[in-house]
Amino acid sequence: MRETRSALRYSVTESPAIDQVGVDERVSRMTKRSIKKESKLQALKLAMSMLDLTTLEAKDTPGKVRQLCIKAMHPHDLLPGIPAVAAVCVYPNLVRVAKETLEGSGVKVAAVATAFPSGMSTRKMKLEETRWAVGEGADEIDMVISRGQFLAGEYNFVFDEIAAVKEACGAAHLKVILETGELSTLDNVRRASDLAMNAGADFIKTSTGKIQPAATLPVTLVMLEAIRDYYYTTGKMIGMKPAGGIATAKLALQYLVMVRETLGQDWLNPDWFRFGASSLANDLLMQIVKEHTGVYQSIDYFSKD
Amino acid sequence: METSKKNKAGSAARIGVLKTYKLYVDGKFPRTESGRYFIFKDTKGTALANICVASRKDFRDAVVAARKAQPSWAARSAYNKGQILYRIAEMLEDRRPQFVAELQQQGLAAKAAEEEVSVAVDRLVYYAGWSDKYQQVFSAVNPVESSHFNFSLPEPTGVVSMIAPEESGLVGLVSVIAPAIVGGNVVVVLASEQYPLTAITFSEVLHTSDLPGGVVNILTGTRKELVGHFTNHMDVNATVYCGSEAGHIKTVEENSALNVKRPFVYTTDNWKSEEMQSPYRIMDLQEIKTTWHPIGK
Repeated sequence: MRETRSALRYSVTESPAIDQVGVDERVSRMTKRSIKKESKLQALKLAMSMLDLTTLEAKDTPGKVRQLCIKAMHPHDLLPGIPAVAAVCVYPNLVRVAKETLEGSGVKVAAVATAFPSGMSTRKMKLEETRWAVGEGADEIDMVISRGQFLAGEYNFVFDEIAAVKEACGAAHLKVILETGELSTLDNVRRASDLAMNAGADFIKTSTGKIQPAATLPVTLVMLEAIRDYYYTTGKMIGMKPAGGIATAKLALQYLVMVRETLGQDWLNPDWFRFGASSLANDLLMQIVKEHTGVYQSIDYFSKD
Repeated sequence: METSKKNKAGSAARIGVLKTYKLYVDGKFPRTESGRYFIFKDTKGTALANICVASRKDFRDAVVAARKAQPSWAARSAYNKGQILYRIAEMLEDRRPQFVAELQQQGLAAKAAEEEVSVAVDRLVYYAGWSDKYQQVFSAVNPVESSHFNFSLPEPTGVVSMIAPEESGLVGLVSVIAPAIVGGNVVVVLASEQYPLTAITFSEVLHTSDLPGGVVNILTGTRKELVGHFTNHMDVNATVYCGSEAGHIKTVEENSALNVKRPFVYTTDNWKSEEMQSPYRIMDLQEIKTTWHPIGK
């Protein structure tokens, strides 16, 4: 098996060092863009269409997942013109429920796999879980990397694991969760990004949402720049998904600005950029309604996921 | 003012440090996001302070903070809420000279200023006392025909926006805030436009009184600009308007219809009077919940 993958490789020396002060400086400039009126409304709707509406709790039930799927397809029917979200993200055992509920809507089903969120399991189990989730109907797989091995410098182990999971995914898209909150430094974030892309990731994703800090603007910038450099080198586009901790529309718009200014217009659609979030949906809706009515909204008038 | 005289006198002089009067939102003292201010002058025309002119967005931020603070404040025991109100009274009493001086800078005579502070302190103590009593007085066990134990009790309305009395910079402010918060509500208050100093200094009293951040939020600015925003926000459950300008009252009542918030308009100009302290002011901002509890015959 390893021989077939030897065509792909990654060496840690390929990744440039990251200047943290410079990153913070660029981020702080990007958060000061003023987006108002029509452009704001358009950006809010775009953010809505990029959502991976997520429920990843041990107490999740088929009922809760069905409810979330309805919300995904009909975020707020009182106001016409609000797009459905990109995908619903659930645990593998609830993929079938989601798939059935979303039938024909165009909303995709994403499943977390590979012993999410810790990744502390054997490769055999991880691959089995991945194949099973795809068999249940998952369009996208969100895998976690083995942070322990990564931090111990066993890059080849992590590389091979991602490549193996990619193979197990078949036609399903693979998002690789780096869990940047456990990677300590931006240098490590950059290395993990480069490694994941070289190993076959379709998307790279910041976090599981189970570890603090989750997605942050600086981490996302580093990952976006890795995607840009990878594109310049190989001509291949990779998607980006910040997840966890993005709860307000204002912050979501700052992420969009960052994507636009780092990767350009080509990435500004749900095929190449996603938000992993749950409470963000209602904040986006409240802002969209506010843009229409001119009146600040209350959560009381929006469906709970 | 004394410092500036000394400055002119010469070498021993030091430059006076004027206080920066800012907003009070979420237990912090931010400047207005709009960056606007007006210069407050005392009766002699001496510039005393730059006062923030709060904007729609400052109000929005305050409502977000208030909403966040509401459940845990309402969940505190009546005893604890009473203690905190009493603590506010203690801290206000402790700062009496400062408030008297500020009220005089705002144009009150010395005696009237003393009286204003006394009434404000007493009013806080009065409502602190009602903290664990109004529920008993206004609750009821209701006779019903079926085999139910049926009872009604008051619960807080929620987030309340308030346009504080214009003429009475301290007593007026205390008279609207105290009955609201003792009942488990949280408030966003627009301070008197003419007399804003005492409102901001009062927020420093609140800040040192164990009152959780976000329960009381105080903005300074103009009624003309903010009355519409204070009343049309969908996440505000009641509005208290103190004043008698017909245009404002119409706005309050029309905007309240948007999400059926409760509008209260107080037109009195004598906030010191005994009539302006009453358990009914607490009950204005309470909802009655009735419970039907099945029992065997």
